Amino acid sequence: MNDGGADIVNNGSKEETIKRIWEILRSVNDPEIPVLSVIDLGIIRNIKIEGDMVQVLITPTYSGCPAMDFIGMNIRKALLKNGFEKTNIKHVLSPAWTTDWMTEEAKEKLKSYGIAPPVSKTFDKNYLTNLPVQCPHCHSLNTNLISQFGSTACKAIYQCNDCGEPFDYFKCH
Amino acid sequence: MSSKATNNPENHLLNYTLHLADSCLIMGHRLSEWTGHGPMLEQDIAISNIALDLIGQARNFYQYAAEISNSNSEKEKKITEDDLAYLRDAADFKNLLITELPNGDWAKTIGKIFFFSLWQFYFYQKLIYSADKQLAAIAEKSLKEATYHVKWSSDWVIRLGDGTEESKNRMQRSISDLWPYTGEMFVPAAFESDFKNRVCIDVTSIRNDWTKKVKEVLQEATTDFPDEKTWMQSGGKNGIHTEHLGFILAEMQFMQRAYPGLEW
Repeated sequence: MNDGGADIVNNGSKEETIKRIWEILRSVNDPEIPVLSVIDLGIIRNIKIEGDMVQVLITPTYSGCPAMDFIGMNIRKALLKNGFEKTNIKHVLSPAWTTDWMTEEAKEKLKSYGIAPPVSKTFDKNYLTNLPVQCPHCHSLNTNLISQFGSTACKAIYQCNDCGEPFDYFKCH
Repeated sequence: MSSKATNNPENHLLNYTLHLADSCLIMGHRLSEWTGHGPMLEQDIAISNIALDLIGQARNFYQYAAEISNSNSEKEKKITEDDLAYLRDAADFKNLLITELPNGDWAKTIGKIFFFSLWQFYFYQKLIYSADKQLAAIAEKSLKEATYHVKWSSDWVIRLGDGTEESKNRMQRSISDLWPYTGEMFVPAAFESDFKNRVCIDVTSIRNDWTKKVKEVLQEATTDFPDEKTWMQSGGKNGIHTEHLGFILAEMQFMQRAYPGLEW
């Protein structure tokens, strides 16, 4: 545990420390979708070190997402646990968060968790029309939209016409 | 909360930001009245999500407004987003009148969301080019959400309008009752008249697109388009509100005013 003094960059260079912090943040998960880390979601935009202060720039997903405050707290906790006592978390609104920033591995993790991942890129104008969404249970494309809004701001509710199961869809945003 | 701090006519940027924040907050608050009372579970969830999006947008605007106000003031105590939302009185609020109207039946609420989110859609599409970086950033964020709100509410306008005789009557009634409150959306207040500075947008310029889309949706909903020459209500942007806002604030602000400084 560091003494919280002036220089936390005592094991290696600044770049190495920043790399270490990125690794630490892999352990901070979305509270609603615990298979995804904040890195998978593309929420962490940048990490900087200024003296003994770590600055983490995050982009909120949805304007009203109640998980963002919680995520901020968890980032702070994770860094504190690893010896970084002074953390400044800054919200940057622009460029706006988009599901395009989600990694392919993140989408696979979603699927195995039972949530259908976003089907297209948001610059595709058709993203709002109902593109076929694959059922994460039986993989059929014979599914229909029940509601644009689901249990959280980021999800919509679908139902599979083949296996009959309902499932969440992570909306293109 | 000092009226002068937030009602300074010279501070157009602050008033503009408050107008946007207040509209989102009051609309979000009204929609949240449906939570737990929706006609079907999925729609209860949908409308709660929309309310949440709007309150999130309101927060972004209020945080910015607090920044603006604090940078202009020499006072030691800095104001926060919460002060702006919970300690201002009705005459200081600059929300559009349509946002404070009672929810009525489902058709009435759908009508409100449709007209309002469509206004937000065209408004934000222009605001993303604002010379004010923070307003542009908030607009960029909010536009995506408004897009979903427009889609959801248009689908409902069509579902109800082109539905049974009962649903058609209710949707028609909703459109006619709300119509006089739509004009205000396109009449600039003093704080948004100087759009040549490229900070605020020219609200008169979005009227045509808005009207065209409304006509399209109403046509598909087999509902009549109201008389465009209807006399329009106004005053919201200048703190002159309907009798409804007082009741909304009394409920929304009660805890903070009864127990000042209250925190979770």
